[in-house]
Amino acid sequence: MTATATRVDESAPPKPNPGRAPRVISFSQRLSRWDLKVSPYLYISPFFIMFLVVGIFPIAFTAVISFMDWDLVRNSGEFVGFDQYVWILGQPQFWTALRNTFSIFLLSSVPQLIAAVFIAAMLDRNIRSKTFWRMGVLVPFVMAPVAVALIFSNMFGDNHGLVNSVLTDLGLPAIQWHKDAFWSHVAISTMVNFRWTGYNTLILLAAMQAVPRDYYEAATVDGAGAFRQFRSITLPSLKPTLIFVIITSTIGGLQIFDEPRMFDQFGRGGAAQQWLTITLYLYDIGWGQWNFGRAAALAWILFLIILIIGLINLLVTRRLVRDEGRR
Amino acid sequence: MPRQRDDRRRQRTTRIRGVRAGFWVYVGLGVVLIGSLFPFYWSFLIGSGDASTINDPNMSWIPGGNFLENAATVVNDPAVNFWRALWNSILSSALIAASVVATSTLAGWAFAKLRFPGSKPLLVFVVATMAVPLQLGVVPLYILFADLGWTGNIGAIIIPALTSAFGVFWMTQYLQQSVPDELIEAARVDGASMIRTFWTIGVVAARPAAAMLGLFTFVTAWNNFFWPFIVLDRSDPTLPVALSLLQSNHFVDYSIVLAGVLLSTLPLLLLFVFAGKQLVSGIMAGAVKG
Repeated sequence: MTATATRVDESAPPKPNPGRAPRVISFSQRLSRWDLKVSPYLYISPFFIMFLVVGIFPIAFTAVISFMDWDLVRNSGEFVGFDQYVWILGQPQFWTALRNTFSIFLLSSVPQLIAAVFIAAMLDRNIRSKTFWRMGVLVPFVMAPVAVALIFSNMFGDNHGLVNSVLTDLGLPAIQWHKDAFWSHVAISTMVNFRWTGYNTLILLAAMQAVPRDYYEAATVDGAGAFRQFRSITLPSLKPTLIFVIITSTIGGLQIFDEPRMFDQFGRGGAAQQWLTITLYLYDIGWGQWNFGRAAALAWILFLIILIIGLINLLVTRRLVRDEGRR
Repeated sequence: MPRQRDDRRRQRTTRIRGVRAGFWVYVGLGVVLIGSLFPFYWSFLIGSGDASTINDPNMSWIPGGNFLENAATVVNDPAVNFWRALWNSILSSALIAASVVATSTLAGWAFAKLRFPGSKPLLVFVVATMAVPLQLGVVPLYILFADLGWTGNIGAIIIPALTSAFGVFWMTQYLQQSVPDELIEAARVDGASMIRTFWTIGVVAARPAAAMLGLFTFVTAWNNFFWPFIVLDRSDPTLPVALSLLQSNHFVDYSIVLAGVLLSTLPLLLLFVFAGKQLVSGIMAGAVKG
């Protein structure tokens, strides 16, 4: 579509000689020059103005509040230095929440990305009705995390849940999905995986399709099997995309709230904080205990964790994938 | 197998399309598809039964006949406020999607096709903002909206979402690839103003990407929970917030909860049936390629 438009327009009126400078600067020309200079800034201004109001201001203000004992009634605070940070770091609940967040994050992102790579590899084959399969893979993405959580917390019911019925039918012991910390993490991770695998699959599939098919032909000629081709051609070509997907799933995964919030009807992360996550804890401090200073400090701690993990991810993925690619 | 030989021959003729998939690929994809759809079916199964269905060890795999009744219970529950929630979800998601598409197309056009001092660092800044977690802003935003008396108002969930860094980045990428610079130069030489060039060339070229961005933003806004849950009143919720109320009763009747889940997902499922192709190809097109 664009290509035809180009051709049509290029064959339209001939360009005037660019070397000839206008002698008289008319009003319309001055207007046009002004237009040229100012318009770009005008076009990007909505984003930056909004970001200033709902981005920069809140982030900076969060930093300020985190150093205060915030009074909700007076709507102002008293400076207390690092007290709120010290308080947070001294809470056993914080460390439990940190452990849970990491456990859920790893249990969701690692299997999910591995599955996504393999499903993408299947979709990358020359299959019939491509769009149908691609859409099928993406359907779970349209369901709200809250809805997914409600369905899965039902399937993972401790007494009569579907999963436990199947397990006992197979002669296996039933699992205490809501009592045992590790298994509650598995159940919550399953919800995340259900919703996001398809999305990541499509992103990885796009990257796979960009790999020139000649590589595979050459490898086939050289006698490399399907698995060898996958390991030596597909995976290394996916590197930038993998880094992108891993970083985005880290940012999302460490903020997890909806699924653990909806895992039981109380929304407090379980009787012994088995599945309390950092954001769930932040909500509880901020809007359960109404302590905004502490909530703000926790928000900054979470941000720093995300930054650090993001950087580690970047370094590790780079190295790992490069090694994979060595031929 | 003769089938395989046939496949090999076809592969030679249609090399560019890759290896024709075998039986096991379809089996694998079938399993994935069933995994994707099963939870929907399961919620219909429970949602069409009654309160005892969930505890029935010999539960049938055929849906019961109570779905409409359960759905009616959800819709008529004054604590859930379903119609209000549906309206809030539609209104806020549509406004957010429209605004994100408009502001992102404008900014993406500037970053992709207009030269101006500072454009590179500004774009890097936009991308960097994507790493900032939502949690970092919720406390002051809440204080701000409480000050303005806007807590409980869906304006409080619309305003912060009117622009999107992802949207700007997405549009920049797309427009960079899809509009040749000569086309814009030609239009400029012909005396078109900047806004006219944007309107006649940029907007037209951006349409496919805008459709995807609009859908994606709509789905994300529709499903958003954390911020609406904080700032909205329980009596005036969006659908996910309303859903969360279904479970917070101490006595949980899952047949009603899951009927509500399906009911609230239905609008997006319909949207997906009609526009899912666009969303799929958009996600594919926007990926970072090797």
